[in-house]
Amino acid sequence: MTEDLNWAIGGEAGDGIDSTGKIFAQALSRAGRHVFTSKDFASRIRGGYTAYKIRTSTDRVQSVVDRLDILVALTQRTIDENLDELHEGSAVIYDGERSWDAEIPDEITAVDVPLKTLAEEAGGAIMLNVVALGAACEITGFDVEYLDESLEKRFGGKGSKIVENNREAARKGRDYVRENYDFDLGYELDTTDNDYVLLNGDEAIGMGALAAGCRFYAGYPITPATNVMEYLTGRIEQYGGHVVQAEDELSAINMALGGARAGARSMTATSGPGIDLMTETFGLVATSETPLVIVDVMRSGPSTGMPTKQEQGDLNMTLYGGHGEIPRFVVAPTTIDECFWKTVEAFNYAEKYQTPVYVVADLALAVTEQTFSPETFDMDAVEIDRGTLVDDDSIGEWLDEQGRFRAHAATEDGISPRAIPGTTDGAHMSTGLEHDELGRRTEDTEVRVEQVDKRNRKVETAKAEEDWDYREFGDEDAENLVISWGSNEGALVEALEYLEDEGIDVRILSVPYIFPRPDLTDDVEAAEDVIVVECNATGQFADVIEHDTLTRVKRVNKYTGVRFKADELADAISTKLSEEVPAQ
Amino acid sequence: MSSEVRFTDFKSDKQPTWCPGCGDFGTMNGMMKALANTGNDPDNTFLVAGIGCSGKIGTYMHSYALHGVHGRALPVATGVKMARPDIEVMAAGGDGDGYSIGAGHFVHAVRRNVDMTYVVMDNRIYGLTKGQASPTSRSDFETSTTPEGPQQPPVNPLALALAAGATFIAQSFASDALRHAEIIEEAIEHDGFGFVNVFSPCVTFNDVDTYDYFRDTLVDLEEEGHDRHDLEAAKEVILDADKEYQGVMYQNENSVPYHEQHGVTENMADIPDGAPENAMDLVREFY
Repeated sequence: MTEDLNWAIGGEAGDGIDSTGKIFAQALSRAGRHVFTSKDFASRIRGGYTAYKIRTSTDRVQSVVDRLDILVALTQRTIDENLDELHEGSAVIYDGERSWDAEIPDEITAVDVPLKTLAEEAGGAIMLNVVALGAACEITGFDVEYLDESLEKRFGGKGSKIVENNREAARKGRDYVRENYDFDLGYELDTTDNDYVLLNGDEAIGMGALAAGCRFYAGYPITPATNVMEYLTGRIEQYGGHVVQAEDELSAINMALGGARAGARSMTATSGPGIDLMTETFGLVATSETPLVIVDVMRSGPSTGMPTKQEQGDLNMTLYGGHGEIPRFVVAPTTIDECFWKTVEAFNYAEKYQTPVYVVADLALAVTEQTFSPETFDMDAVEIDRGTLVDDDSIGEWLDEQGRFRAHAATEDGISPRAIPGTTDGAHMSTGLEHDELGRRTEDTEVRVEQVDKRNRKVETAKAEEDWDYREFGDEDAENLVISWGSNEGALVEALEYLEDEGIDVRILSVPYIFPRPDLTDDVEAAEDVIVVECNATGQFADVIEHDTLTRVKRVNKYTGVRFKADELADAISTKLSEEVPAQ
Repeated sequence: MSSEVRFTDFKSDKQPTWCPGCGDFGTMNGMMKALANTGNDPDNTFLVAGIGCSGKIGTYMHSYALHGVHGRALPVATGVKMARPDIEVMAAGGDGDGYSIGAGHFVHAVRRNVDMTYVVMDNRIYGLTKGQASPTSRSDFETSTTPEGPQQPPVNPLALALAAGATFIAQSFASDALRHAEIIEEAIEHDGFGFVNVFSPCVTFNDVDTYDYFRDTLVDLEEEGHDRHDLEAAKEVILDADKEYQGVMYQNENSVPYHEQHGVTENMADIPDGAPENAMDLVREFY
C-alpha cells in the first residue's frame, strides 16, 4: 500500500543508532528501493538524543517530510521528540522489559518487543538494535534476508560468528512480532531489480577528488567535514597518494598548498571555523596562483555555533573572505551527486585558471545518504584538464632573454604557464608579496597594476569560457520564480507537488555556482514574484541576486539548524507569494 | 642542469637588501654550497621561506621556491616533500618565524620527521620590524617593546626539537663559513628532519649577540669529542645554559623519514588523463 515509508531509530548517542540505521538503509537500497536519510545528532560522544531517519520509496526521494511511520525507540525522549510526526498508522517498537515505562499515545500501535532478552538469546545484548530491525522488517513486509548482506558488510571484519549472531538476532525480532502480534498497518515494502549505491555528500566529495586525480590531502578534523578525510584515508594510497592529519587548519592549507606547488592535485576540507583560520593562506594561494581545492562543509555559525546543525551561512565568507581583493572560484553543489561532479570540476578550474576553488557544501548534503544508480557516477565521463602545464620541451617560449622562467607572465587571458619542480629551467620564485612576471617582489606601480589585472583577467576568461549554468525545475512559464542554492533543491522539487495542489505554479532555479555565477537578470525581470530560499538568517544569496539584477527579491530563510522539509517549504513559499515586495 | 653544478648556480641575480654585515649572507652562502656539494641543482630543489629578513632568502637564491605567510614554511615544505619525494626540500626562516608564530608547526614537523632541511637564522631579535624582542631574546634584553627586557626565559629551540623526538639537531655560526656549510650538508644528507639553528647576528639591532660574542664563546662539539649518537650527551649540551655550542648535537642512526614510514614513493604530480582505470570500484563500494 504505502510506497513511501518513513522509518527512524532513536536513542542516546553511543547506542549504535547510526550504524543500525545504516544497516537498514543499505538493505533497502540493495532491495532496489530508493532511500533518503537524515540524522539528528548532538555534539557529544555519549548521551544526548540522536536519531537516524530513513525515507524510502520505489520512486526517487530527495527530501525529508513531517511524517514518521515506524519508530524504533530506545528511550522515552525518542518518542517525545517525534510525537508530532507520528500518526494513526504509525508503529513504535520498544522494549517493555527495559527499565522505563514507555508513554505512547493510544492511537499509535505500540509494539513491545523484548529486544534485549532476544538479543541475549542470539548471543549478546549489544545486538538489541538488530532485533528491532527484524521486528521492523516484519511490520513492513520486508524480507529479513535483505539485512544479511548489510550485516556482513558491517560486522564481517569481526568474524563470521558475529555476523551469524546478528542474522539470528534479526530473525528473532521478526519471529517475535510474527508470533505475538496480529495487526496490519498496511505497509508493504516492494522491492525492484535495481541495485542502488548509497552515499552521502562528504563521501561523494572524496570520491570526486580521487576520480579527479587528487593525490595529496591535508586536513584537520572538524564536523561535518571530517568524513571527507576519513573517506580518503585508506583509499588515496591505492593511487599513490597520501592524507596528512595536520596539527591545525593553518597547517592543513599550507601543506595542501605545498603539495599543489609541487604539482600534485591537492585538497583540504574543513568547516566554517576552519575556513576562518585558512583565510590567511587563502590570499597567498591566489596571489601565488596555486591550483588548490578547498572544501567548506558549512555548519551553523558564527564562532562554534551549532556544530552538528545545518546552515548556509558561509556564502559571504567564501565569496569575500580575506584581506585585499582575491580572485577565486566558488562552486556549491546542490545535490549529493553534484558533490562528486562539482569536485571534479573544481580540480579542473583550479589547474586551468591557477586559482583557489572553494567547494561549498552544507551539513545537510554532507551527512545525508541517498541512493543513486551507479551510472550517476560514470567514471568514463570524468575529464582531467591540467591547464598550461609546461614541460622540458615547451618551457622554452616562456623564458626571458636571461633564460629565466616567466611564471607569472601577463598573458592576454590572464593564464600563465606553470612549471612544476623538476622541469628543466623552470626554477622560479613565488610569493604572497606583489611580484613581477618572474615572481620576484616588486612595488613598481605599473607592475602592480599589471599583475592585479592579470589575475582578475583569469576570472573574466573563465566567465566567458565555462558554462556557469543552473538547473531548472517546475513550470518554465510560471510568473513565480524561486531561486535556491545548496541542499535546498531536493525539498524544493518535492514542494512543487504541494504547490500544484494549491494551484500555484512556480519556476525553480537551483544555482550551483556562487562565483562566477550565471546572470539571472532576464529570469528575474521576466518574473512577477521572485523568492530566494536559503538556510541563513540574512539572505546572503538574495543579496547577491539583488546586487546583480538591481531588483528587490523576497526571501525565505530558515536558520533553526534544521534543513527545509518539502511541505513546510511549500507553505513558506505560498505565504511569501501573497506578501508585498519589501520597500527599497 | 648538468652534473657540474656550482654553488653560484643557486644564486639569483637579485641583490640582497640585507644590511651590510648581516649574518644572513653567510647563512645563505653555506646553504648554497651545501646544496651544490650534495649533488642538487636548482631545478630539483624547493626552498620554502618564512617572513622577515630571513624569509627574503628565497628571492636571493635560485631554485623552485615559495615565500609564504608568517610562521608557516614547514607545513608548505611538508606538502612539497610528500607530493614529491624526488625533490630536495629546504625550509628557512628566522627565530620569530620559527619559534613564535610557527612554534606549533615546528614541533609537529620535527615529530613527523619529514625529510627536509630546516635552517633557522637566529639573530635573537625582530629585525624587519625594527628591533623588538624575539622568542630567543635574553630575558634582560632591552628593546622598544620590552624596555626592561622580556623578563621571561628565551625559548631553547634545540630542547624543543629534542623533546619532540628530533632525529637531527645541530647548531652553526654564519661567520664560521666552513663549519656552517659542513653542518648544513650533513643536515641535507640526513634521512629525516635535519634541523640547524644558525647564529646569524643582526648588526643593526642586536648589540649583545654579536659576531665577537659568538667568536669568543662558541664551543665546537667536534673538538670536544661529543658523541652525536648518544642521547644523554645530547641532552647535556642542549640543556647547558652556560655555553654556546656549534656542531651536530644529536643524530638518530635509525631515522626513517615520514614519507618512507607511510610508503609514499611516487611522484604525485603524475596523474592519468581521466579517472583511474579501476575507478568504478569506488562506486561499487557503496552498494
